Amino acid sequence: MGEVELPASGMGRARSSTFAALVAVLVSAGGGRAQTPPIGPPAPPTQLEVEDTPNDAGRSIRTHWTLSSDDAPGRTAVTLYYLERSESPTGPWTAVDSGGPATSEKDDATVKRGREYFYRVEASGPGGRSISNTSAPVAARSEWFNSTRWSVLGATVLFFAFVLFFLASAHAGKSLFVRRIPGIDAIEEAIGRATEMGRPVLYIPGIQDIDDIQTIASLVILESVARLTAKYETAIVVPVTYPIPFAIAEEMVKSGYTHSGHPDQYDPHSVRFVSPEQFAYVAAVAGIMTRDRPAAHIFMGSFFAESLLLAETGFSTGAIQVAGTANVHQLPFFVVACDYTLIGEELYAASAYLSREPRLLGSLKGADLMKITAIVLILLGCIFETFNQHWFRAMMKTQ
Amino acid sequence: MKREVPLFATAVIGLFMILSFFVPHQLVSVPADFLLQCVVIVVAFGYVLGGANALRVNIDLIAKKAPNWQYKIVLLLGLLMMVIVGAVEGRGFQAPGTRFTWLYNQLYVPMQATMFALLAFFIASAAFRAFRIRTVEAGFLAVAALLVMIGRVPIGNWVTGWMADLPPALRWMQLPNVEEWIMNVPQNAAKRAILMGAALGVMATGLRVILGIERSYLSGED
Repeated sequence: MGEVELPASGMGRARSSTFAALVAVLVSAGGGRAQTPPIGPPAPPTQLEVEDTPNDAGRSIRTHWTLSSDDAPGRTAVTLYYLERSESPTGPWTAVDSGGPATSEKDDATVKRGREYFYRVEASGPGGRSISNTSAPVAARSEWFNSTRWSVLGATVLFFAFVLFFLASAHAGKSLFVRRIPGIDAIEEAIGRATEMGRPVLYIPGIQDIDDIQTIASLVILESVARLTAKYETAIVVPVTYPIPFAIAEEMVKSGYTHSGHPDQYDPHSVRFVSPEQFAYVAAVAGIMTRDRPAAHIFMGSFFAESLLLAETGFSTGAIQVAGTANVHQLPFFVVACDYTLIGEELYAASAYLSREPRLLGSLKGADLMKITAIVLILLGCIFETFNQHWFRAMMKTQ
Repeated sequence: MKREVPLFATAVIGLFMILSFFVPHQLVSVPADFLLQCVVIVVAFGYVLGGANALRVNIDLIAKKAPNWQYKIVLLLGLLMMVIVGAVEGRGFQAPGTRFTWLYNQLYVPMQATMFALLAFFIASAAFRAFRIRTVEAGFLAVAALLVMIGRVPIGNWVTGWMADLPPALRWMQLPNVEEWIMNVPQNAAKRAILMGAALGVMATGLRVILGIERSYLSGED
């Protein structure tokens, strides 16, 4: 900005005063600094309420408050809220958490169980700080039951009852009908084909660790598959991603060979630890597929992006492929690239189906009965909601 | 005893973990958390077993000069190199700027990206097979897939954008709306049915293991 030169004459002085006044008006109209009132501290947050976090092990205290009246969109009077805690209403106070504008609740997860605390909230901004009222004392307590899980408990107890009932029926000698599952029947067909061609069977137990139930289901199926390969005197190759499934897979294959009466045929190299890294595993398995040319590929377990990489590579080798997973997003890939696919629950049913042991089949019947119960509950829920009755949905709600 | 002790331990710990889902009290949650942390220790021992297996299998194949044995040398060299470099780097071996991180970022990450990039080609070949209309069901699949694909890209909106001027009762015919309906109604219904069946399968499998009905994982003699 260039400086304005004002004339020094009397007339000029009069003109210069007018000019200065005009500039002052313009600055004022433009919201210039000269007219900005001094900023004070923001209004304090109000209605601070604290409570022991419900349904936990006494590990946190929940706080919520009403925002400072100066905390509104477009305003900058509040830049931070500090949640402060003390063991005495008079302090000393320690900031345990903070949050930006519009933060009106915080969980303090740094408390000691059973100890009483007082809380207050400080609103901070360019003009200073203001403090809310001090809360009533509160202590975190352990609870004996998570009250949001009644419906799950009911379903679990019911499910246990169904399974135990069918187990008792199986013990009593009652025959249990289980529908034919073509995908599982195809496993024996695939192993038979591998035997005819004199090539190995490749079994892939998913790429997840043992904490995924699909991996457990897959390893249980592996035992049945190993029995079949032992029976047909066909080699089996099992590349595994994680060390614990690897150790279990070794046991499963060994067990399969032992139970089928051919322990001498067990090859200690049949189960191979590859890598927990997803694409390193894919590269290794694709290498086995293209170099060793197994005649049957069995994919059972939890799969992600590698599902199509493996299944398409397998398809290109001409092997017969059977897959099973409960990962819904990978099912289409397996359906496209494999000859047979076990969908969702069929994966979990496979071990019972293959073994045909009545007690295992009993658990399948229990799951079927539970499914009928779930369908009835869903229909009831639809009916109640249609008639604007929400208590049923509220009863079923869980966390 | 060889089988009874593991079966008993599985049943007790399994039921205890189910209990911890419903009972948040510290008498239950603290031991449950401890048990979960113990898994890390078990996994550490598992890695020793896994590493030993990788060495044993590949050294045997090299010694026997099995087909493609040269690749096994590369594998072993890579395995040993990463272990040695990581050990030399010490505790902060995964920190930025370490030799271990450099090897990981410069060697493994590009190879990983290469493998992942293959997916694009595999999707194209799989889609080609999936959308061949041989049966009525395959026809439905192809039509639904076509509608979803077009509805999700700008051209879908562009082709049927003029329908925004139609009476509200006819606006559902816009491709993005059709796509949304397919994904939210029939697709979601099928997906939820599969998920619910799978959830019950999970419960059944867990119960079989906990109650000792499923005991094949114990191996050995009955």
